[in-house]
Amino acid sequence: MLKPSSSFHRHPDRPLLWTLRLLSAVAALIVALILLFVLREAWPALHQLGPLRFLHDPGWHPAAGGADAQYGLLPMLAGTLLSSGGAVLLAAPLGLGSALFATSYGPPRLGGLHRQLLQVLGGIPSVVVGFWGLVVLTPLIRQWHPPGQSLLAGILCLTVMILPTTALLSEQAVREVPAESLQAAAALGLSRRATLEGVVLPVARGGLLSAVILASGRALGETMAVLMVAGNVIQVPAAVFDPVRTLTANIALELGYALDLHRAVLFVGGLVLMGVVAVVMALAASLQRSPGHG
Amino acid sequence: MALHPKPVPAHGARRRRRSVIPWTVAGLAVMSALGGCGRTSDLKLSLSGSSTVAPLAAEIAKRYEASHPGTRVDVQTGGSSRGIADARTGTAQIGLVSRALKPEEANLQATTIAIDGIALIVNAANPVRSLSDGQIRSIYTGSLTNWRQVGGADAAITVVTKAEGRSTLELFLEHFRLDNRRIRASVVIGDNQQGILTVAADPHALGYVSIGTASQEADAGTAIRLLPLAGIAPSLENVRSGRYPLSRPLNLVIQPPAAAGVPPFLAYASSSEVNDLVEAQFFVPPAP
Amino acid sequence: MASSGAACFDRAIDTALALLAWLVALLVVGTIGWIVADLLRQGLPRLSWAFLVELPIDAGRSGGIRPILISTLLILGVCLAVSVPIGLATALFLAEFQRGHRGFGPLVRYSLDTLAGVPSIVFGLFGNAFFSITLGLGFSILSGGLTLACMVLPLLIRSMETALRAVPAEHRLAAAALGLPQRVSLLHIVLPAAAPGLAVGLILGIGRALAETAALLFTSGYVDRLPGSLLDSGRALSVHIFDLAMNVPGGASQAAATALVLVALVLLINGFTGWAAQRWLGSLSSAAL
Repeated sequence: MLKPSSSFHRHPDRPLLWTLRLLSAVAALIVALILLFVLREAWPALHQLGPLRFLHDPGWHPAAGGADAQYGLLPMLAGTLLSSGGAVLLAAPLGLGSALFATSYGPPRLGGLHRQLLQVLGGIPSVVVGFWGLVVLTPLIRQWHPPGQSLLAGILCLTVMILPTTALLSEQAVREVPAESLQAAAALGLSRRATLEGVVLPVARGGLLSAVILASGRALGETMAVLMVAGNVIQVPAAVFDPVRTLTANIALELGYALDLHRAVLFVGGLVLMGVVAVVMALAASLQRSPGHG
Repeated sequence: MALHPKPVPAHGARRRRRSVIPWTVAGLAVMSALGGCGRTSDLKLSLSGSSTVAPLAAEIAKRYEASHPGTRVDVQTGGSSRGIADARTGTAQIGLVSRALKPEEANLQATTIAIDGIALIVNAANPVRSLSDGQIRSIYTGSLTNWRQVGGADAAITVVTKAEGRSTLELFLEHFRLDNRRIRASVVIGDNQQGILTVAADPHALGYVSIGTASQEADAGTAIRLLPLAGIAPSLENVRSGRYPLSRPLNLVIQPPAAAGVPPFLAYASSSEVNDLVEAQFFVPPAP
Repeated sequence: MASSGAACFDRAIDTALALLAWLVALLVVGTIGWIVADLLRQGLPRLSWAFLVELPIDAGRSGGIRPILISTLLILGVCLAVSVPIGLATALFLAEFQRGHRGFGPLVRYSLDTLAGVPSIVFGLFGNAFFSITLGLGFSILSGGLTLACMVLPLLIRSMETALRAVPAEHRLAAAALGLPQRVSLLHIVLPAAAPGLAVGLILGIGRALAETAALLFTSGYVDRLPGSLLDSGRALSVHIFDLAMNVPGGASQAAATALVLVALVLLINGFTGWAAQRWLGSLSSAAL
């Protein structure tokens, strides 16, 4: 564990520290503002319906009048977790593989080109990926198993969306392993695999985990691409070929047309999503804290 | 530390310059705000709401600006309920709503600028040429699940429906006297274009979208076909004559009393001067 | 014997890993190529100089994208002018002063990570409620840029913090041993040494900002007129693509052409960022050492 670097200096730079602290506080303030905003919008629903309705209601019919209305969010929570989980499971190893290609296994020139392509992918709007998924990918899946618009299509499109994040940040993490460590490994005559396993991966672990964390957040929050390819039927999927609706797609599909309580319930969905992300981040933080890091 | 008394101010200045950036931005904001205030002699109209109406409203706005110098018309989008809400709160002077007003919205005032029909569509490869209202009802409630049962190929029907709250869905449900809770769908979509892409990509899909959008895409070679409804072809002519049973008005909505500059714009937008713009967006101009 | 067996095993694993790395790279490149080829096929015939400098006509079905391109650059400018100083400062604060697992720093880090999962449409509604209505900025390039700044902050901060943490402690120790004040060591040693990593964060953030649709629909808006000031509503490229692809029948090829312009813009900005980072790193090795 590194010591706080301010201890290198007998007199930490007060004005500098305060400037940085102030700007960090602005960042924290933004988080608080957004949380407050979502809470305020969701409040009428939480207050009138109570939190249990969102768990227990068997269906989702928020626009049906009065007693007929149902507000079950669980199938959409399942859709969100399954699609994002699947995408992270695919994108994390792909990202690491592409990082290893760019840093050690591939020719250096191709590595640079590879990085450029990933950066291009990072700037492609999700609607373009969704369009591609709808026109190209789902017909392929449909030939395999109808109806094509499915959890699988959602997972694949999400993977494409978060791949730049995992790949570029993983590469950065692997690249930042000090040259001395690599030289030492070479001097010991370690094979490339042993170097990777014994030197590179342990040192880069924090950075790799960062990459996965950011990518998970991105996958959980991604909307347009999933909306266009996942089918949006509200159900807990029994197979990867079943259509699903995620919490984000639910918000994007209905918000423009929702009034009053319906609108507030959609924000409850947003709140649930933030809760999921918070849990994922807490898990990741405990992983990062466990021995072996740094 | 005493060894370095001199560099400190220089670097201090440099650091300060960095933290100055947000203030520069804030200053720019204030300056542009003042700049904006300087132009308030211009009349500014703001419209917001339905994404179906927004492209048409934006085209009408451009022509209106050209013929009325000194007037600026800004169009924003985001859904019919947004149009209602913004017109009520005054966030926008005019709301865009792609349906008739509901009874609880009677305190608002609607001006119809165009009419849009809703057509059932299948993939161009599908041999089925027509479906009765009863068959459509059975398919959407899940009691008919295979095209063979209605004279088509032996394949499961991919039922495409719209998400809750969309005005197309409400109209569809009302026409076929269906309850959304009984609908058994394979795919739920948002915008018309998504429905067209879905049906074009799946030879066994059945969906319903805006007639104008569908006939434009079918003419352009997209693999979809429009089905007649109760024997009446889904064409813009039949929507215009009122024979086609499934249509909706596209409305500009205000909360009375109208703000300054609004009535002339409403009159212009519903006049025959913009008929060509309405037709260019594949809608039907309202009867005069 | 045993050691040569182990070496053999090592070599086999190494070959397998190499194969895997190549396969992954091919897969990644193949997917990107597939998407971009699809765009090129549809959009390339529409691309021309006129497309860049003309005004959109008939809801974007014909004409060009000049006002949209300019609005996009202005929105990105506002976003970066706000998010980069705040992001860099927060990353410095977290990486240099808050290495523990308790206190203000981890709290900031944790809440920022949570922010990364907020769907962009919620950012859009937040931006609309806060910047457009509460602060009175209306539908404007300023509202859009500020909303985007909130959105890319988590990405910027986390990737920049990672880059700063990766600067070897020896650099800082050496600076401290020389008696350099901390701000000197940060500005002239740590930051330049972290420049390539900072650039990656910046590039990811720019990509995210340029690709964003939903957050901008509710803040910078839909107006495709040439903006007169930062307080005018201006349509971004991504919003234009979304509208043409999903809302305007017969707009697909114009959408693809606009997407190609967006991709070219991303490449251009990324290239510049990478070049600037390299220069900065170069200035470290020539001047400081």
